[in-house]
Amino acid sequence: MTNSLRIGEARRRKRRMGIVFFVFSLAILLLFTPGTRADDVTTFTFVTARGMEIPIADLIFPTLVGLYLMAGLAALAGIWQFAKGFEHPNAVLGVVAGFFVLAFLTWAARGRSMNMTGMLSSSLLRAVPIALAALSGIMCERSGVVNIGIEGMMLMGAFCAALFGSLGGSVWIGLLAAMLGGGLMAGLLAVLAIRYKVDQIVAGTAINILATGLTSYLSTRYLQVNPALNRPPTFSPIAIPGVASIPIIGPVLFTHTLPVYLTLILVAGIFIMLFYTRWGLRSRAVGEHPRAADTLGVNVFKVRYVNVLLGGLVAGLGGAYLVLASVARFDQLMTAGKGFIGLAAMIFGKWNPIGALGASLIFGFADALQTRLAILAVPIPSQFLLMAPYLVTIIVLAGVVGQSRAPAADGRPYEKE
Amino acid sequence: MNKEAHETDARASTEVPSDHDDAASDRNTGTEPTPRALTVHEPKPGCRSRLRTLLVPLLAIVTALIIGALVIVFTDTSVYAAFEEGFLQGIVQALVVIIRAYSAFYVGAFGDPGQILGALLSGDTTRIIRAVYPLTETLRTATPYIFAGLAVAVGFQGGLFNIGAEGQYFIAGLTTVFVGYALTGLPALIHLPLALLAGIVGGALWAAIPGYLKGKTGAHEVINTIMLNYIAFRFAEYMLDVGGPMARGDGRPVSPEIQPSAYLPRLFPGQIQVRLNAGFLLALLVAWGVWWLLFKTTIGYEIRTVGHNPRAAKYAGINVARNYVITMAISGGLAGLAASTDILGVLRFMPNAFHSGYGFDAIALALLGKSHPLGVVLASLLFGALRAGARNMQGIARVPIDITSILQGLIIVFIAAPEIIRLIYRVRQLPKGEEIDLTHGWG
Amino acid sequence: MPPVLELKGITKRFPGVLANDSIDLTLEEGQVVGLLGENGAGKSTLMNILYGLYNQDEGEIFVRGERAHIEEPNDAIALGIGMVHQHFMLVPVLTVTENVMLGMESTRRFGFLNRQVAARRIRDISDRYGLGVDPEAVIEDLPLGIQQRVEIIKLLYRSADILILDEPTAVLTPQEVSGLFEIIRSLVAQGKSVIFISHKLREVLEISNNIVVLRRGRVVGSTTPEESNERDLAAMMVGRDVILSVPKAAREPEQPVLRVENLYVRGDQDRMAVDGVTFEVWGGEIVGVAGVQGNGQTELVEVLTGLRKSDAGRVTVDGVDVTNAPPRKITEAGTAHIPEDRQRDGLVLAYPIMQNLILNTYYQPPIAKGIRIQEEPMRERAERLVNEYDVRTPSIFTPVGNLSGGNQQKVIVARELSNPVKLTIAAQPTRGLDVGSIEYIHTELVRKRDEGAAVFVVSAELDEVLSLADRILVMFEGRIMGIVPAKTATKEALGLMMAGIKSEGEATNKPDTRREA
Repeated sequence: MTNSLRIGEARRRKRRMGIVFFVFSLAILLLFTPGTRADDVTTFTFVTARGMEIPIADLIFPTLVGLYLMAGLAALAGIWQFAKGFEHPNAVLGVVAGFFVLAFLTWAARGRSMNMTGMLSSSLLRAVPIALAALSGIMCERSGVVNIGIEGMMLMGAFCAALFGSLGGSVWIGLLAAMLGGGLMAGLLAVLAIRYKVDQIVAGTAINILATGLTSYLSTRYLQVNPALNRPPTFSPIAIPGVASIPIIGPVLFTHTLPVYLTLILVAGIFIMLFYTRWGLRSRAVGEHPRAADTLGVNVFKVRYVNVLLGGLVAGLGGAYLVLASVARFDQLMTAGKGFIGLAAMIFGKWNPIGALGASLIFGFADALQTRLAILAVPIPSQFLLMAPYLVTIIVLAGVVGQSRAPAADGRPYEKE
Repeated sequence: MNKEAHETDARASTEVPSDHDDAASDRNTGTEPTPRALTVHEPKPGCRSRLRTLLVPLLAIVTALIIGALVIVFTDTSVYAAFEEGFLQGIVQALVVIIRAYSAFYVGAFGDPGQILGALLSGDTTRIIRAVYPLTETLRTATPYIFAGLAVAVGFQGGLFNIGAEGQYFIAGLTTVFVGYALTGLPALIHLPLALLAGIVGGALWAAIPGYLKGKTGAHEVINTIMLNYIAFRFAEYMLDVGGPMARGDGRPVSPEIQPSAYLPRLFPGQIQVRLNAGFLLALLVAWGVWWLLFKTTIGYEIRTVGHNPRAAKYAGINVARNYVITMAISGGLAGLAASTDILGVLRFMPNAFHSGYGFDAIALALLGKSHPLGVVLASLLFGALRAGARNMQGIARVPIDITSILQGLIIVFIAAPEIIRLIYRVRQLPKGEEIDLTHGWG
Repeated sequence: MPPVLELKGITKRFPGVLANDSIDLTLEEGQVVGLLGENGAGKSTLMNILYGLYNQDEGEIFVRGERAHIEEPNDAIALGIGMVHQHFMLVPVLTVTENVMLGMESTRRFGFLNRQVAARRIRDISDRYGLGVDPEAVIEDLPLGIQQRVEIIKLLYRSADILILDEPTAVLTPQEVSGLFEIIRSLVAQGKSVIFISHKLREVLEISNNIVVLRRGRVVGSTTPEESNERDLAAMMVGRDVILSVPKAAREPEQPVLRVENLYVRGDQDRMAVDGVTFEVWGGEIVGVAGVQGNGQTELVEVLTGLRKSDAGRVTVDGVDVTNAPPRKITEAGTAHIPEDRQRDGLVLAYPIMQNLILNTYYQPPIAKGIRIQEEPMRERAERLVNEYDVRTPSIFTPVGNLSGGNQQKVIVARELSNPVKLTIAAQPTRGLDVGSIEYIHTELVRKRDEGAAVFVVSAELDEVLSLADRILVMFEGRIMGIVPAKTATKEALGLMMAGIKSEGEATNKPDTRREA
């Protein structure tokens, strides 16, 4: 009885995934092939933005061939899933979705050419602030404090980066000030959430409103009156010797500004710290079962304070990135929801730094794609691509594909008795 | 399946403090022979304790205003200049700055008392209306706040955190404005209610999505409403973008003007600049309706039971999942009315990509109003006054309008952490009554 | 040599409650002290003080003759005191090693965890005491019995020599209990000292060298197993001779009301919690369910009351098919339900009594008129029920959360049993209550039976089942091991069945009275 029921469920799940693969295959055929003529040709170029000398031949192929190839591969995955079943169907789902995206690009660039290197490079740049926001969220939530104030922390970071970067005339001062600014807001969240046991969503909301008010108020009072206060220096790109000249990968990954590298290092660092260090073990224990940690002498409050503050520093870094590695000035509300999309990336990435980076890259890709489509005159409104990350998050959260489980004590204040 | 999993999570973490803790049951059972009459508080709060419930919110507002004054002073160059001349001059200048700012604020929110008095004495209706114009602006600004605040309050009562008032506002704006401009030739008696209804339905349907997802899969509504905010925002942007399906067609990213038959009537039609309209009266009526629904009907009883204890609600035969949908739909419908009254009463079209900010303000309102409709109305009037006053403060005293956000943020902090207020003012804690428990996690 | 541990005059007050009232307790090295008391007698509070989770208001603690200041668990750990909590303090998603080393991690440089070293030590400890725990296993995959051993390893890993075991047998099968006792004996043999907290007399008598009995926060007696027996201890625990039998007249069952056929229910861990169960409960009889907690009783009750879906099978109440019906349909078919966890499931603590009393009738006349809830009938009903069911409260407007456990349960009983019902399902109806309330609730259940209703009672207390039920159904791992008439049942036979050993006699699916008649 027990076994037959369980097997039935597993088989259903397996079939469902197979059907999803076929749907992708069909979608490629139905959506893209009808508008494609037999003589359409797609060109993918690999030009590097800063004119670095890496000659790579353009990839030129008939559009229809590319589409049929992608549809065929997706269908093959479906057949295999039905016949044998993959060991990691979710990973294969990612690959099949990748086929779909490639098919989409092939179709979008029919009769034209698309610069893949630039596309990927810009995806990464757009992913960085999202990833930093997600990392901030992970730091807090792994220890059981929900952080929806990331947006406010980033905003404060961006403001401090612009103001103190301009005052000190140094990116480093700006960077430091931004992290402290984010940390300050995080400190408020920590005190409210841990000391006063305020509902953490309310506390995060208060931080968002406060940070919006403070930065807008101060920027009206100072930055707008005195533009010299809003002219921070910026990080210049550093090509990492050796690896930067690797074709495709070099320009995509290794010709960026310092904060970009810092983000990648942070992702790896936080991942290692979470799963391989004492700090990480304690954080996870506190986020899952604070009382258990307490009975073993782990100071739950201290762990949470530290993590929330660290999360604030990381969020501040995200704000700094927007100013010091991007537009070189502060604008009111310039984070424009990056904190919240970071939250989405955190969930999509299952509260894991690597996963969150992956999610951020996907979201960054959607963002980068959206700007390219306007140029390619593809009849898809850019807004729909911009919606994609949010839609994907809702779908993931609903458990339709995969499941994302929050730390068990996430959002619950700890009471010592 | 998922739902079960979530319930397991909740059970697995029973070590998290809760009322069913060991200590609590120790306490309950240990005292069996002596009835705990001592700790039981008065059944119906008397006048005094009612004042006491108001005390913390009032002190929160006052404290926020004081800190706001400090922010204004510390960011005013004239004060620093005066301090360079001497300490006394500095203090005087600081006071001057504060008084100038807050009096501009007062006049902006409630009107110039001198003018009002003069107008009243003259008995000239036009003059009176002109003198109380700021007050009408306060009430007008409060109107969407009331709806949005009620939206979040209903959610709180039903155990749901609706951060999505903003997105519901966008969607309702689209539906309401569409009915407003696309239907022609209808009498106002039909057209106006239809347009209002369109807003309610738009907001309700949009909000029902996270309600449904929570009931069906256990997905937390906070995340989903945030996500839906951005989806709604992009969707509205698409609809109203130049060349979009609902754009005006003259190269501007705004919707067409609504038909006059869909206008919410102005309360002082003779005075063109007075924009206060029937929407305000509708808001008061709806607030009463929400109170009645929540506290006097079976629907409200179900909503509140689910909000307080979903397990007990399930046990009592209430369909919890369906209730989440209902609660969110009511909540979204209310948020939708905020958009409808804004568009039908004031704007008369829908602009693209405008940041209403109601979503977060509404949370502040519901908290400040303790999720009670009357409280929400009072809180909305306060926020309306804050907004209207801040506009004047910016114009006259050159204090950036964003000071209101700072004040609102501070008010939330103090309301949410009343211990801080109690610490400052040494107020004793009230006995715990029927308060809404907000401290639940993602699970 | 001074005793390993000595508590002197420990007093702890909670708002309005004296949880511990100058308690003295002495533990000698290599001995087991059994701390006996009813739920709520103050055992857990005392041990939480000893472990530094609470701080005492008065009194002193001496460890190995020296005055100890225990302010937080770290202090206790440093003194060699360790505690296995009633609810396990394990992080479900972490491995055994991670759980054990938490707070005392073996690390390499820069705080990097050294799992190998810790795992080796855990394996050593596991081997030495014969615990059989795999350090790499993830906690949530382990059965409760093994999880408990992980808890014990946690203490030994910290070189604790004073071990506090708080209600360690509550979740164990009899086999697991004897396994635990063997572990305790081997611990004691190696010089450890143990405080064994329980409210189960037999276990305390079996394992302890000394027994201390607590009642209402006070030490009411101190004895040894040799000088005492179950009856004396029970009397000490409850303060008067226990009434082991509930007065009830013989009664002829009438006809089946609850019919359960081939019921399968999946539990939370995706295993079959109820594994093919068939039985009937007839009008005019009480069927009691005996079994160690966690053998499917909770899931069974949840399915019968609509709170959980079954995977297969059929349930009817008085001929109405209520298989997987929503709770309301089951209620309307004539079922009353006294839930296992009254605060979590049965009450809205923030609501006044009045509103809790309409939880199952708020939508029907006379309370509801259309969608309106009418104030007057609601108030009248509340006043009447509070009087009738002897709920001690200042008023019907008092939030239920302010009442004592006994009065909270009376509110539930009043609400559920005041309607004409055909079937009453009561899960752990007297858990954590004082004797007075227990008697009251037993009387009410018997009254329902005498009125002709079918009564289905699940209880973790074998004595309660034995004294209350007409027939006893024993569950083990989701299956029915046997259904026996209470008259002929013995504790020993039931115990065997609870341990999964089938009785030789035929299980009776129907009341036995017909055969007699």
